[in-house]
Amino acid sequence: MKIIYILTLVPFIGILGFLPFVNRIEPYVLGMPFNMFWMAMWVVLTSAILGIMYKLDPRNREGDQE
Amino acid sequence: MNIALLIILAFLLLAISLGIRSSKGKDMDLEQWTVGGRGFGAIFVFLLMAGEIYTTFSFLGGSGWAYGKGAPALYVLIYITLSYVLSYWLLPEIWKYAKENKLMSQSDFFVSKYKSPSLGILAALVGVVSMIPVIVVQLKGLGIIVSEASYGAISMSAAVWMGAISLTIYVMISGIHGSVWTAVIKDIMMIAIIGFLGIYLPIHYFGGYQPMFEAVNAAKPGFLKFPEQGLSVSWFISTVILLVFGFYMWPQVFSAVYSARSGKVFRKNAIISPLYTLMLLFVFFVGFTAILKVPGLIGAEADLSLLRLSIETFDPWFIGIIGGAGLLTALVPGSMLLMSVATLLAKNVYKEFAPAVSDRHVVRLAKFLVPVIALIAVYFTLNGGETMSALILMGYSLITQLFPSLLFSLKKNNPINQYGAIAGIITGLLIVICITLSSSTIGTLFPSLPQAAKDLNVGIIALAVNFLVMITVSLAFRKHTVKLEPKSVNDI
Repeated sequence: MKIIYILTLVPFIGILGFLPFVNRIEPYVLGMPFNMFWMAMWVVLTSAILGIMYKLDPRNREGDQE
Repeated sequence: MNIALLIILAFLLLAISLGIRSSKGKDMDLEQWTVGGRGFGAIFVFLLMAGEIYTTFSFLGGSGWAYGKGAPALYVLIYITLSYVLSYWLLPEIWKYAKENKLMSQSDFFVSKYKSPSLGILAALVGVVSMIPVIVVQLKGLGIIVSEASYGAISMSAAVWMGAISLTIYVMISGIHGSVWTAVIKDIMMIAIIGFLGIYLPIHYFGGYQPMFEAVNAAKPGFLKFPEQGLSVSWFISTVILLVFGFYMWPQVFSAVYSARSGKVFRKNAIISPLYTLMLLFVFFVGFTAILKVPGLIGAEADLSLLRLSIETFDPWFIGIIGGAGLLTALVPGSMLLMSVATLLAKNVYKEFAPAVSDRHVVRLAKFLVPVIALIAVYFTLNGGETMSALILMGYSLITQLFPSLLFSLKKNNPINQYGAIAGIITGLLIVICITLSSSTIGTLFPSLPQAAKDLNVGIIALAVNFLVMITVSLAFRKHTVKLEPKSVNDI
């Protein structure tokens, strides 16, 4: 259960916490300025992290009624 | 009338006819419609919520901010994404409690948790006040679409009136049933058009994304970065946090939560939903392309950038298609909002004061309120010069005031009582209203603070004071509550 709580915080830290350090235009990645790419990347990572949380969360192993 | 307007009109008629068809033969009552019998699975809840979250704001306002403000526009992408992380924990809890207690509205939730009908009325009123700016955004969107697609033949204010009238007719005819199919068509069209514009325009004009951004950066140095002050990094962080807290506080979104079959639905949807927000990147690409191609739109005019650029680029018939899709993105959420406000006022405010009235009377009153609310929204649309983004942020600052007492109510031993909750919410609201009317920022209120603190979103102050007042008043009235309402001891 513990690790799920930590995973919840990861997207917040990755996007908001790291923002002061990634607020730059170069290098361009996938044609986007770096700060925009960083956020787009984290949107995809957030999705992945939520997927991992879902797998780890014992509540989701039970049936639909819970 | 030109071809673009004719196509937009065809979309309007299609939406109205779908609305009529969906309401025919189905005589659902208020309850059934709002929570859909609590039988919706993951896909349906996803569509329902996406339909309420992606409005004409994502279409026009998102590109408008990219055009006018640059990098700070990214907040739209991030707050929605991070809200889904919160939803993983928050929504199953809300759903579970609502199911156990057979709740229908957000206001019921507060009444039940705090054993306080007054708090329920207050929550409903907060919902009403917060939703008005969002309705204004939809009207602005309709106005922009119609006046731009008329190539200047129809003035903006005439277009706003036409938008308001169509919206009212749409709500009155399709009634509270709405049309799920219009919502589905709207989402598909919006994704297709935004995807097309976001890919085609930068490539057509600049040969690709990187050349486009490089050209913008050369023309406006620093525009693609968060500035040192104003809409800075600290503004971004505080705004995103505020918006994440407010995301699920909207009464109509809250009701959509009740419609799910199980709590698991939300955890499942949380995985896929962030990817859907990537669509907003394409909206931003359009706004950034417009900077060099249709320069000179100042202030609230920035919201016109997507349509202006499209008009420069495409034939009138295609402007009609874009305008038609835009019309649906304003009409569908606009009608839901208008109906929500009318229902909240009739059911959760009026009926509380006059419990004896029949349900039919309440429905009739709600219908009567629709044009009244539309008129109020028209007034604000024509008299306010804000961008869509500024309006959305204001609505969020207001609705977020419900978050602290809601969050605490989910705890097993809630230290907050109804007095604390009410005092906190009212204080928060007053602060937001005062700050908005005097157009202050933390910088103007406290000039000696460091720059990072000056740029904090003002809604955050209101939220912090709300929180402190809530705790203090709850502690002060603790004994009072126990003595007066022995029944509620279990809940405190």
